[in-house]
Amino acid sequence: MTLDAKIPSGPIQDKWDKARFDLKLVNPANKRRFEILVVGSGLAGGSAAASLGELGYHVKCFCYQDSARRAHSISAQGGINAAKNYRNDGDSIWRLFYDTVKGGDFRSREANVYRLAQVSNAIIDQCVAQGVPFGREYGGLLDNRSFGGAQVSRTFYARGQTGQQLQLGAYQALSRQIATGQVEMFPRTEMLDLVVVDGRARGIVTRDMVSGEVRSWSGDAVVLATGGYSNVFYLSTNAKGCNTTAIWRAHRRGAYFANPCFTQIHPTCIPQHGDYQSKLTLMSESLRNDGRIWVPKAAGETRSATSIPEAERDYYLERRYPAFGNLVPRDIASRAAKAVCDEGRGVGHGGRGVYLDFADSIQRLGRPAIEARYGNLFEMYERITGEDPYQVPMRIYPAPHYTMGGLWVDYNLMSNLPGLFVIGEANFSDHGANRLGASALMQGLADGYFVLPNTISDYLARHMGEKRLATDHAGFAAVEGEVEERTRTLLGVGGRRTVDTFHRELGKICDDACGMSRERGGLEAAMGKIRALREEFWQDVKVPGEGRELNQSLEKAGRLADHFELAELMCRDAAEREESCGTHFREEYQTEENEARRRDDEYSYVAAWEWTGEGNEPVMHREDLTFEYVPPSQRSYK
Amino acid sequence: MYLTLHVWRQRNTEAKGRFETYTVEAEPEMSFLEMLDVVNERLISEGGDPIAFEHDCREGICGSCGLMINGQAHGPEAMTATCQLHMRKFKSGDTLRIEPWRSRSFPVLRDLVVDRTPLDKIIQAGGFVSVSTGSAPEANLVPVQRDKAELAMDAAACIGCGACVAQCPNGAGQLFTAAKVAHLALLPQGQPERDQRAIKMVETMESYFGNCSNYAECEAVCPKGISIDFIARMNRDYLAAKLTRG
Repeated sequence: MTLDAKIPSGPIQDKWDKARFDLKLVNPANKRRFEILVVGSGLAGGSAAASLGELGYHVKCFCYQDSARRAHSISAQGGINAAKNYRNDGDSIWRLFYDTVKGGDFRSREANVYRLAQVSNAIIDQCVAQGVPFGREYGGLLDNRSFGGAQVSRTFYARGQTGQQLQLGAYQALSRQIATGQVEMFPRTEMLDLVVVDGRARGIVTRDMVSGEVRSWSGDAVVLATGGYSNVFYLSTNAKGCNTTAIWRAHRRGAYFANPCFTQIHPTCIPQHGDYQSKLTLMSESLRNDGRIWVPKAAGETRSATSIPEAERDYYLERRYPAFGNLVPRDIASRAAKAVCDEGRGVGHGGRGVYLDFADSIQRLGRPAIEARYGNLFEMYERITGEDPYQVPMRIYPAPHYTMGGLWVDYNLMSNLPGLFVIGEANFSDHGANRLGASALMQGLADGYFVLPNTISDYLARHMGEKRLATDHAGFAAVEGEVEERTRTLLGVGGRRTVDTFHRELGKICDDACGMSRERGGLEAAMGKIRALREEFWQDVKVPGEGRELNQSLEKAGRLADHFELAELMCRDAAEREESCGTHFREEYQTEENEARRRDDEYSYVAAWEWTGEGNEPVMHREDLTFEYVPPSQRSYK
Repeated sequence: MYLTLHVWRQRNTEAKGRFETYTVEAEPEMSFLEMLDVVNERLISEGGDPIAFEHDCREGICGSCGLMINGQAHGPEAMTATCQLHMRKFKSGDTLRIEPWRSRSFPVLRDLVVDRTPLDKIIQAGGFVSVSTGSAPEANLVPVQRDKAELAMDAAACIGCGACVAQCPNGAGQLFTAAKVAHLALLPQGQPERDQRAIKMVETMESYFGNCSNYAECEAVCPKGISIDFIARMNRDYLAAKLTRG
């Protein structure tokens, strides 16, 4: 099958207009005939469900949390980018587009990224009108800050809780539609499979997480907005419930999985403090604006941070990247931290940490200035670690945070399975091999508010007048049967090991072989280890309780089973991509100065993987990437 | 450190609940929920039934978690959600009584997991600005006084955990409701629907929750430190709306 991205012709700045003109419409009276299933209620899913409801479609929205408001988008701290150029500092749609393509290390689609930059401004307008309390200046107008090393100030923020406020904005818009009956909301309901009949997505099968009831839902289109898969690493900044099941099940039903190896490791997280640790907490990377990162010069240093004299400290980012210093992009900062820890110079538990030191800034600006900028972050750090960062340097270490890979979609956000749309972090489309700070919120809301509601009509219009399948259709019964069987199998293994012990072990394998640094031998060995562990899981896992009840162990077991399969594909994709780009750093492909070496001649493509059945090798399909507007260059931050 | 836990166990909403006692060896660096993870791992290994409790982000922002710990919603540390509470707050030998949120409006689903649907219903009653996608004016068209925007943000910081209801002797939902009413009433964008929002949200709240008699227990346990001043604002808005609109 050839992958047709359906990118409109014409100059890049006109493509979105052209698409909206060329796409078929559904007239207002007919919209109510369609039922759309939206899975996930975060920035992408919540905004899509609300906007589709406003348009007049019938929407059913599902989430695993007890309320739509709690989707993991709520945890995003830093901000959201838009090309408003309110600061008169040379920003433009073109510059946001350019920065995002370059930041993605030339592995994203130009047309998608341009559209993202184009709709970015409308997102801010929409959110302000909803009452999102963005930070403001004394004149009452919106404030901006520079974020993630950008040279312009284009980031809008609501204290350190931007994700929360945008999420609540979408949730409130969604609530308004729920109140009118236009959207039906199903919380505590987990999608466990996709129903495909005659090659088209026709519905989903869910499990009610309170009663355990397995049920089918038929729709004219299915929208997956189920987030990323960083929890394949077990320890990540994602919420504990984040999982790959919805997109992985869709993959097994025929949807292609694109660039699974593009996973982002965020440089500034609180390091692991023990073996019982359940998750890692992100500290906003804005801290790097005023904090200096260092480790002791000597390996095996035992003195406390404050008693190590200046001359015996290595400010390694400032040393290696004098131009950008502590503000180098995420992937570079993360790799550099790993490198110094690998040399035995790391600090704290297990030697996996580096110092982020505010002493100089406090001396230069005074404690009140630092308090005003980072007070809430310092408090959060102290609450978790019991250490006061005004007195001793913070310790930080990179942690899995975001996944650029996801289900393959065309320009209209439809997967290769007709009727299946994928939005937000769950798709692969806009960030290439590395996502820039404050771009995830932008993409989730762009997809949900402005792109999908415009593109979905084209598919629906083409199927106008067709009857929705009844849920007693054989296609649904078969999938329901498989879901029930899987639950029975998991509960019936009766082994000795808990789900979490397997998940920790899987996370360790992935982190070692497919984390910040990768190498073919290690990746191949990891695939073998993952297969062996998966086999052991199905032989020896212990899942207590029953299927027809609230059973958190069962939920975790089902999700982990899918993470195993995804993990293997992630390692395979990383092994096949014989180059370094963005967050994907292959040890074999580096410059003499140990920087990533991209190989555009051979790897300037999207790797879209096709599932070919249990035990069979997946097949890779390529979507070649062309860069007409931003000529690929080697990133340099020296 | 060694702790004794008395944990509320209840198979489902209809079943009768009871306290069960467990001992656990914890470390001061653990979060409270990681301590419960340790108990659960042991229970599963021993063929027992793990304790169901709600949690997700474990960063204090999603509002999923929430336990009564020795009678205090979210436990002894001020302005801290249960997931951000760490065991260094306790000492070896302590006995902890762990219960689900105490409120008739939040029925227990299992063990420490409760149903907080009424909070969603209150937002659905009017906790939004009716602005359909695409119809918004330019973001900087309407300036917002900075201190008002900051105050609105103070209210908007609510994580919807329900601790306010759980701690209130009356099981009142005022602080949660007021946070949203005040957030939107403080902003120009919230003005057109201000009256009807106050009426609808307050009346929906009253259909689910108890009455407020200014104990201020809600403010004391709120993990985001939301002030009861917002309740006064909501009451004023409600009264004004009722007087002008009936």
